[in-house]
Amino acid sequence: MTRVETVAASMEGAVVADSLGQTVVRVPRESLVAAVTAARDAGFTMFIDLCAVDYLTRDPRFEVVVGLLSLDPPERIRLLVGVPGDDASVPSITGVFAGADFYEREAFDLFGIDFAGHPDLTRILLPDDWQGHPLRKDTPVGSVPVQFKEANRAT
Amino acid sequence: MSNPPDVVTGDLEALPSTQHAPAETSVPPASSRRTVHDLWMSGTEAPSDMGRFTDEGAQEMLADDSGTVLAGQMGTLVVDDYERRVEPSGDEIQIINMGPQHPATHGVLRLQIELDGETIRRVKPIIGYLHTGMEKTAEALSFMQGPTNVTRMDYLSPLHNELCFSLATERLLGIEVPERADAIRVMMTELNRVASHLLWSATTGLDIGALSMMIYGWRERELVLAFFEKTTGLRMNHNYIRPGGVAADLPDGWEEDVDGIISGVLTGLADYESLLLDNPVFLERTKGVGVLAPEEIHAYGITGPLARASGIGYDVRTAFPYSGIEQYDFEVPVFSGGDVYDRFLVRFEEIRQSLRIVKQARDTMPRGDYRTEDRKVTPPPRARIDQSMEALIHHFKIFTEGFKVPAGETYQAVESARGELGMYLVSNGDAKPWRLHVRGPSFAHVQALPAMLTDSLIADMIAALASADPVMGDVDR
Repeated sequence: MTRVETVAASMEGAVVADSLGQTVVRVPRESLVAAVTAARDAGFTMFIDLCAVDYLTRDPRFEVVVGLLSLDPPERIRLLVGVPGDDASVPSITGVFAGADFYEREAFDLFGIDFAGHPDLTRILLPDDWQGHPLRKDTPVGSVPVQFKEANRAT
Repeated sequence: MSNPPDVVTGDLEALPSTQHAPAETSVPPASSRRTVHDLWMSGTEAPSDMGRFTDEGAQEMLADDSGTVLAGQMGTLVVDDYERRVEPSGDEIQIINMGPQHPATHGVLRLQIELDGETIRRVKPIIGYLHTGMEKTAEALSFMQGPTNVTRMDYLSPLHNELCFSLATERLLGIEVPERADAIRVMMTELNRVASHLLWSATTGLDIGALSMMIYGWRERELVLAFFEKTTGLRMNHNYIRPGGVAADLPDGWEEDVDGIISGVLTGLADYESLLLDNPVFLERTKGVGVLAPEEIHAYGITGPLARASGIGYDVRTAFPYSGIEQYDFEVPVFSGGDVYDRFLVRFEEIRQSLRIVKQARDTMPRGDYRTEDRKVTPPPRARIDQSMEALIHHFKIFTEGFKVPAGETYQAVESARGELGMYLVSNGDAKPWRLHVRGPSFAHVQALPAMLTDSLIADMIAALASADPVMGDVDR
C-alpha cells in the first residue's frame, strides 16, 4: 500500500486511481476540507496548485483539482472533486492552506465556481465589472464587443 | 453526488470534439455596461459618478477589515511575526498605490500599501493587468502550436515553459524523445536559468542602488541570449522545445560558444560577488529584509530560490527529475536566513551549478536525432516531401490539423528559474488541449508578498519585492 493510498484510506468516500503513472484521489466535495486536512497531517504539507476544469457534457460538469506535495520523501497527491454545473459550489480550503486564496479566486473568476467560506471571493484576473466566466466551455472565443472601458468611452 | 467509476479520464472521449459549444454569449448589450470606470483613482476624490464605480480604491481597503482578510494583508495569517512599532510615528495613516506603472514592480503589479509613517502596515497585491487569457488561447491552438503560446507566459525563462508543455504532451502521447534531444533540452534550460538569474541580479542590483551591477548583469546575459539567437533564431519566446524533441539541432561551433558563455559568466560572477557581498551598503539593505518563515513557504506553496533561501531544499530537478537531468552532477544550494541577502547567495550559487550542468552536457552531448522518429508527431524531412506523396500529405496534415493526443489528464512540473512551473494538461483525444492550466511560480510568490513586506520600511520593500523575482506574464497569463 503506497503512501498516497494510506492517506486516501483515511478520507471519507475517496477513490484512488492511476493517471499515466501519477496517483490521483477522487473525493466527494462535502469531504474536501477533511481530505485536504488529512493529507496535510499525513505529510503533504506544501500547497502546490488548485485549478478547475469544465467538462461541459459530463456529469458532474466541473472538476476542481488540488495538488499537494510532500517534501520528504518527495511525493505528490492530486485530489479531484466533481462539481455539478447547476450548483457550482465547493468548500474553500483556505482555512487549511492560506495559499489557496489566490487560486480559488482565479477559479471563481474564470469558471464561476463558488468557494464557500473563502474570506474575499472577488475577481482577480479580470476587471471587477466583467460579465461571465471566460474559461467555461460555453463562452465563445473572440467575440466582440470588448468590455474594457477605453473601448466604450469614445462614443 | 455521483462519482464516475472510471475515476480519472471519465468519458473524455465522449466530450464534443468541437471545442466550444455554440451557446448564448454572456456579453451584455453595450447600453447596460458601465462605461465610467476608473481603476486608478486613489479613493480620496470627491464622490461623483467616477467615484461610485471605483473598485479597489483606498476606501475599499479601509472598509474591508474582516479578520482573515486583515490578517492576510498584514502577513500574519500563517506566522504572526508582525511587530508593532514601539511608538507610533504620529503621522497620518495613509494608503498609497504602488504600480501598476512603477518601475520597481518589475511589470504591471499593483500593490496597495497602508503606511504608518514609513512603516508598512498592510499590503494588498492586485494583479490581472497583464491577463491576456492565454489558458483560453491554449484551448484554441493545437498541441503543435502550444509551445508558441506558453513561451510567452514567463518571458524570462521561456524555454522552461516550452519544456513543461512538451513533457506534459509527451506523457499523454506516451512517446520518448532521443537522448540528444534530452541533453539539448537540459543544456538550453540551464542556460536559460543562468540568463534569468543574471537579469534578476542586474535589476535587483539596480533597485537597491548598485547601478554597476545592472550594467554587468545585462552584459553577461547578452552572451547567453546571443547563443539562443544563434540556436533558436530568437532572443526570447523561442518556440524551440516542442513535443517530440527540439526544433533544430545545435548550430556549428556551438561547443566554442558554450565555452565562451561558461568562462564569461563565471568571470562576471566573481566580479559581482566581490562587488556586492561585502559591501556595507548592500549588507545594510539586504540582511534581515523580507524574511519568509518555512511555515509560510509551505502554506503559500513558495518554491525555487525563495524556498531554498528559507531552508527548504526542494528542487523539482532532484525531487522529480525530468529529461534525464538526474544523470548530471550538481548540487542544490540551501541557505536558512530567508532574507534578501540569502536569496542573492542562492541565485549566485545556482548560476554556478547550472553552468556545471551545461559543462557536463557540452562534454557528453550524445549523437543522434534531435527529435523523435515517431512520424505521428515529427514532420517528414524536407527531402522526403519532394520524393513521396505520402510524406507531403503527412506534412500537410501535421501542420494543418495537428496530431491527435490520447485522452487523459496529467500534471507536469519543471524547475524554472523562479520555482516549480507546473502544467495541468487535459486532452479529450483531439488535436487541441481540452484544458491547460499553468501553475506559475510567480503567482504563488505574489500572493505571499504581504508576509514578506509588512512591518518593514517602505524603502526595504523595494528590495524585498525585487528578491521575489515576480514575472507578471507568469502571474497573469
